[in-house]
Amino acid sequence: MNTSQPVEAVVALRGVHKQFGAVRAIDGIDLTLAPGECVGLVGHNGAGKSTLVNLINGTLKPSRGEIDSHVTRGGRGSAIRSVFQELSLCPNLSAAENLRIAHPTLKGLGWRRRAGAEIRASLDQVFPGHGIDTDARVDTLSIAQRQMIEIAIGFAPRGGQARLVILDEPTSSLDAGIAEQLLAYVERFCAEGGTVVFISHMLGEIFRVASRIVVMQDGRVVAERASQDFDRDSLVDAMGHVAQHAPSADRRRDAEGASTAGAGASGETVIEDAAGLSARRGEIVGLAGLAGHGQAEALARLYFAGTSGWRAPRQPRMAFVAGDRGRDGVLPLWSILRNLSLSVLPAGARRGAVDRHAEATLGHDWQQRIGIRSDDLGNPITSLSGGNQQKVLFARALASSAPIVVMDDPMRGVDVGTKQEVYALIRAEADAGRTFLWYSTETEEVCQCDRVFVFRDGKISAELSGAEISEERILAASFEMQEN
Amino acid sequence: MTRHSISPRKLLPLISFSVLLIATFALQERAMSYLGLNLLFNLTIPIALATIGQLLIIMVNDIDLSVGAFVSLVACVVSTLLVQHPWLGWLALAGLVLAYAALGALIHRFELPAIVVTLGMSFIWGGLALVIMPAPGGTSPEWLRALMTVKPPLAPMAVVAALLIAAAAHLLIMRSGIGTVLRGLGGNSRSVARAGWRLSGLYALTYGLAGVFGVLAGLTLVGLYTSSGASVASSYTLLSIAGVILGGGEFIGGRVSPIGAVLGALTLSLAGSLLAFMHISPDWQIGAQGAVLILVLAARLLFTRREALL
Repeated sequence: MNTSQPVEAVVALRGVHKQFGAVRAIDGIDLTLAPGECVGLVGHNGAGKSTLVNLINGTLKPSRGEIDSHVTRGGRGSAIRSVFQELSLCPNLSAAENLRIAHPTLKGLGWRRRAGAEIRASLDQVFPGHGIDTDARVDTLSIAQRQMIEIAIGFAPRGGQARLVILDEPTSSLDAGIAEQLLAYVERFCAEGGTVVFISHMLGEIFRVASRIVVMQDGRVVAERASQDFDRDSLVDAMGHVAQHAPSADRRRDAEGASTAGAGASGETVIEDAAGLSARRGEIVGLAGLAGHGQAEALARLYFAGTSGWRAPRQPRMAFVAGDRGRDGVLPLWSILRNLSLSVLPAGARRGAVDRHAEATLGHDWQQRIGIRSDDLGNPITSLSGGNQQKVLFARALASSAPIVVMDDPMRGVDVGTKQEVYALIRAEADAGRTFLWYSTETEEVCQCDRVFVFRDGKISAELSGAEISEERILAASFEMQEN
Repeated sequence: MTRHSISPRKLLPLISFSVLLIATFALQERAMSYLGLNLLFNLTIPIALATIGQLLIIMVNDIDLSVGAFVSLVACVVSTLLVQHPWLGWLALAGLVLAYAALGALIHRFELPAIVVTLGMSFIWGGLALVIMPAPGGTSPEWLRALMTVKPPLAPMAVVAALLIAAAAHLLIMRSGIGTVLRGLGGNSRSVARAGWRLSGLYALTYGLAGVFGVLAGLTLVGLYTSSGASVASSYTLLSIAGVILGGGEFIGGRVSPIGAVLGALTLSLAGSLLAFMHISPDWQIGAQGAVLILVLAARLLFTRREALL
């Protein structure tokens, strides 16, 4: 093991347990985080990563075991910082004002100027050339810019020094170029003696930055090795899912050959808009390109044009899967079941009243099909982990009879295993004649599509289909014009 | 450094106020004088203060249905106890502010709906006011009367006070560090908690500040009226909510504007005066205020839609 001497450790966990009621979230973890290392933390949804993060940063107290640290841990002025996956800035404040909230010593006259200077310096350091207006209210910025601000606040000195920064899915809403800036900065930060815990479902990133990889499953550390001792397959194996990349890709190409042939024969065009976006029946159409180049807007335009009306029709034309769960997906006060059945209420209603029995059957059915981890669908949706909430949103869309499903980067924060299940589900539904419009920031997902539109500066810059769909082609089309 | 263009939506409170003011001047040019302006606006001072109190509560995603009863109770305390036993009077007012702070902590601690708690409290405040003052009457402390009738040079007291209230509230809520944290509470309380703040303390502070503004509203009210009664300010609850909304504030998300809220309070009272100048019965006053509210909100919706399309 390459654990350092305990005196040096930024944080050391010994035999830590955490229990929420009857649920064992963390079941005996020993972990030492030394200065200068970047620890990749992986595990499928619900493995206990978030709980571990909250134990390390001092938000939660362990039920049993010890956590030692020689840096300020918890409270304002903490040298341990966390950047969370779900965006946690105050949207009504500016970037500088958000820094003020997390800053213990920013006081007195002129604090605004100092806050602005500090957040700009931090942004410049992590994301050179970011172009973010630090005095603009955060809710006027794009989701990628918000994530960048959160990361910059995590690394900002804040009256002390960041010693350990925990990044929970930091790149899920960043495009490739900006994610690369972050990874490069993480390396520099660690080289200067800082410690980073990097949580990501993008294994490539983990291999790129982590010096050590910790694999979690069911609240335990099941593997912990230097990252060169892992390869993609052994890591996925350790996480508890069967490695499957090459075979599924082959299968996809075969299936695609068949389905495009079929679609060519029968597939009437079901969507066509002025911007040039089109889709045929039974087709999976991808929207690719750098984040924030007009894909989400194109989807919203299409969706609202197709669905707005005074009355919800019994047979909706389109269903929508949100990527920004908190903003346009989840109804946080409702139960899992009600969140799921929302899209089918008009169809399932009898004389204007909800058919509770049918609703429960439907919920049970989809819980089986898509694997929602909960003993009781009557629990509030917020009791689920992020990935499971996303599954509910998928089920909501797929349960409706809508022939077209619009997906706005729906796999954000979903683990590898779930992704494979959902890919298969989408493919099966498409073969049965449903049309999917799929915006994704991940090339791997876009490669699942039959046809891809690449967006740049709000316009379609390329249309690729079949074998033309490749990472290189998509990247080329996303960047081309930015040279001049 | 700042290169934000000011959107028409943000200017809306100023525009609607200006439109009503010009209309008033057009109908009654004598209003365009030192004395006229003072008459037009001096009864707005307590409403503007109560509106800032309401704004603080709305800023943290709650709503206060007890403002009117609270200001009435304060007015009763001021016009009796504060005149007869100044020490006891100030003590009682400090106690009322603390009670407000405690309410804030309680509402947050037990996750109670503020709308219900404050509705209930409004009956308690109202009952206490009746106990103190079964029938309207009382007097104003001399100093208070003198303060409210002072005649500053250049602009009348009402205008100076409105400017002062707007400036003070703006500094406290929009510019100061703690005001920023309190706004953050409305925007995303979880993020504030994660940064290491004790939320119940912050909620108590917010409600306590709202209580301070409620007390100031009661004080100025008595200074102007020189007497009070148990329901002297009962219309303030809805006026203050309307003022916050007219001023560009939103019910959730910590998006508020103190300057806008003061303008909103002034606009509402102008709407009432305008009717008088048009020789329309004062019975229509509340209806007119409602109409102004609906008009301004409709305009805001149009601007928001246009901004969204850009």
